[in-house]
Amino acid sequence: MDLAFTREEEAFRAEARAWLTAHVPSEPLPSLETAEGFAAHRAWEAELAADRWSVVDWPTEYGGRDAGLVRWLLFEEEYYAAGAPGRVNQNGVSLLAPTLFDHGTREQRARVLPSMAGGEVVWAQAWSEPEAGSDLASLRSKAVRTAGGWRLSGQKTWSSRAAFADRAFGLFRSDPDAPKPHQGLTYLMFDLRAPGVTVRPTARLDGKPAFAELFLDEVFVPDEDVIGEPGQGWRIAMSTAGNERGLKLRSPGRFLAAADRLHRLWEAQGSPAWAGDRVADALIGARAYRLFTFAAASRVLDGAALGPESSLNKVFWSEYDIALTETALDLLGAQGELADTDWSERYVFSLAGPIYAGTNEIQRDIIAERLLGLPKGRR
Amino acid sequence: MRFLVDAEQRAFGASLDAMLTAADTPAVIRDWSRGDHVRGRAVWARVAEAGVFALAVPEAYEGMGLRPVELALAFVELGRHAVPGPLVETVAAAALLAGLDDQGPAKRWLPALASGESAATLTTGPYALDADMAGLRLTISPSLSGPAAATPTELRLAPPPGPPLPSLDPARRLFPADPHRGELLATDPKSLTSALLLARLTTAAQALGVGLALLDRTVSYVGQRTQFGTPIGSFQAVKHRLADAKVALEFARPLLLGAALTMAPEDVAAAKVTACEAAYTTARTALQLHGAIGYTAEYDLSLWLTKARALRTAWGGPDECRAAVLSGGRRC
Repeated sequence: MDLAFTREEEAFRAEARAWLTAHVPSEPLPSLETAEGFAAHRAWEAELAADRWSVVDWPTEYGGRDAGLVRWLLFEEEYYAAGAPGRVNQNGVSLLAPTLFDHGTREQRARVLPSMAGGEVVWAQAWSEPEAGSDLASLRSKAVRTAGGWRLSGQKTWSSRAAFADRAFGLFRSDPDAPKPHQGLTYLMFDLRAPGVTVRPTARLDGKPAFAELFLDEVFVPDEDVIGEPGQGWRIAMSTAGNERGLKLRSPGRFLAAADRLHRLWEAQGSPAWAGDRVADALIGARAYRLFTFAAASRVLDGAALGPESSLNKVFWSEYDIALTETALDLLGAQGELADTDWSERYVFSLAGPIYAGTNEIQRDIIAERLLGLPKGRR
Repeated sequence: MRFLVDAEQRAFGASLDAMLTAADTPAVIRDWSRGDHVRGRAVWARVAEAGVFALAVPEAYEGMGLRPVELALAFVELGRHAVPGPLVETVAAAALLAGLDDQGPAKRWLPALASGESAATLTTGPYALDADMAGLRLTISPSLSGPAAATPTELRLAPPPGPPLPSLDPARRLFPADPHRGELLATDPKSLTSALLLARLTTAAQALGVGLALLDRTVSYVGQRTQFGTPIGSFQAVKHRLADAKVALEFARPLLLGAALTMAPEDVAAAKVTACEAAYTTARTALQLHGAIGYTAEYDLSLWLTKARALRTAWGGPDECRAAVLSGGRRC
C-alpha cells in the first residue's frame, strides 16, 4: 500500500502543469450556461484538444494520450489547481464515451469520439422525462421501427446542456409489450437539430438556461446510432449511470482546488473563528475524497468493477460541494449575494448535486440495500 | 500509487478479528469495568502474540519496528471488538521510550511491552487510563495545551495510583495523575511529538472500529426487529440514517490509512476528527434505531456507545484536530 507516484507519472504531472500555466485564460470565461460562454468553452475544448489534453485517458486514436486512471487523476488535480475553465462536454466525456467504449461499435467510436474530444460536437443527456426522474424504468418516450432505423416520439426534460448542445443520447421504449418495465428500452443517439426536434430551454434558479425540455415528433434515427442491441438499453444505461456517480463525473482535483480557495478566502477575511470548523471540514473532505478515489482507482486497476460503492461517492461529493460553497458565500457576507461570481455560480451548480445523477434518496436506498443488506421496502 | 490494503495486511486484520470474536469480549469488558483484569489480561496476551504491540517497538528491543499502517489496521479490529485497556497508551509509550537519548528505559521496558508481558499507561492530562493494571506508568508535564507550554516537558514514572474515578465509559478506568511526582526519566524528550501522533492515529483507528461495530450491530438489529408487521430495516427513514453512517465511516477509512502512510500531523488530525465524528454519529444512530433496549447497560451495545463518546476527546478533541488541519498548510 502506498501513495507514491512513479517518475513517469510525476513527469506527466509536470508536463500538464507547464501546459496549463501557459494556456489557461487569465480571465475566467463567461458562464457556460450562456450562449457566449458556451462558445468560449467550446473554443477552450478545441485548444485543449489541439495538444491532446482534452481527454488524456482515452486511446490515442481518438485524441487522447492513453494516460490511464492515475494520470487522469493527476491531470485533473493540475487542471483545477490551475483554475482552468469548467468542461462544456462533460456529459459526453463522462457518460456517453464510457458507454461507447464498453458497448459501442468500432464505427461509432471512430465517428463520435474525435469530434467529442475536440468540442466540435457537444452532447446533452436525455434521460429524464416528466414522469420519470430517478425511476428510469417508467420511461414513456417511444422508438418505433422504420426502414433503416427508428422514429422517436415523446418528451424529455431536465436535459443538461441541451439549450446549446448539438446532439443527445438517451433511452427510449422500443417494445411496449416487454414483460417488465425495464425491458424493451433502447439506447440511442440523436441530433438536436434534426427535423421533428424542438428544444425549449428551461431556466434554472438563477435564470440561466442550464437545461432544456426536448419535444420529439417522429424524429428519424438511423440504425448506426443505436448503442448495443435494441431492447438492452437498461443494462447499458446502468453501466453509464455507474460512471456518472462513480469516478469520472467529479474528480477530486475539483474539490482540492475549491477547498484551497476557500481556505485562502477565510484567511483573507481575517480567519474568523466562527467559520474555522467549516473551513477545516472542507479541507478534510477534499482529502478524504481524494484518498477514497485513489482506493477506488486502485481497485479498478486491479480489475474490479465499480459497484454500488459509487453511491457512497455520489452522496459524499454532492453534499460536500454544497457545504463548501455555502461556507464561501457566508464568508463573503453581502458580496455573497451577487450573482455571476465564481462562488455564486458554483453555489447554484452545487445545489443540483443531490438531485441529479439519481437523487441522494435513491443512492441511500442503494447503500442500505446493496451495501448493508437491509430488506427492500416500499420507497 | 497503489492505495489498497494488500493481501498480507488483510489477512492480519482478519486473523485478529477471528481471534477477538472467539474471545467473547463483552464478558471481558464487564469484568474489566469492575477492576477484574484476569480475562482481559488473557486477551491482552493474545493480542500481543499476534504481534500488535511489537509493531510499535524497534527490532533492537525485540519488536518489529514502527509500522503505522499495520498498527492502524490492528487498532480498527481492537475497536471493533471494544477490547479494553491502555492499548493506545502502550504503543505511544513504546514510541516515546524508543526515542529517548538515554537507552536505559527502553532496554528496561520495551521487550516486556512488545511481548505483552507488561502494559503501559501514559498521560499528558489529569487522568491516567487503567493505571492499576499497567506495569509502566508515565506522566508528561506540563499540560501541552496550557499556558505553561513554554516550560520544559518532564517525563516521569508515576507513583502507584489511588482509587479510580468513575468514567462515562465504565471500561475506561481513570486514575488521577500528578505529573510532578515520581522518578524523572527525561526532560523535553524529542520522541514525544511522534509518540503523541501515534496515540492520535491509533485512537482514530480504534474509533473507526467502534463505529463499524455499531453499524454492523444496528444493521443486524433493524433487520430482525419488526414493527407494524415488517422489519424496521425496510423503512426508508431507518435505511437513510444507516446509509449516512456508512458514508461517514467509509470516508474516514482512507483518511486513516493515508495518515498512517504519511504520519504528517495535519493528516493524522484529519483522520482523528473524521473517524471520531463518524463513530459518534453512528453511535447516536445506533441508539436511536435500537430504541430503549439500546439505552440499557445490560445490552451489549452500551459497551460501544460509551466508548465512541470517550474516544472523541481522547488524544485531541475535534477543535484541536481541526486547528491542526487549518494550520497544517495547503498540502492535501
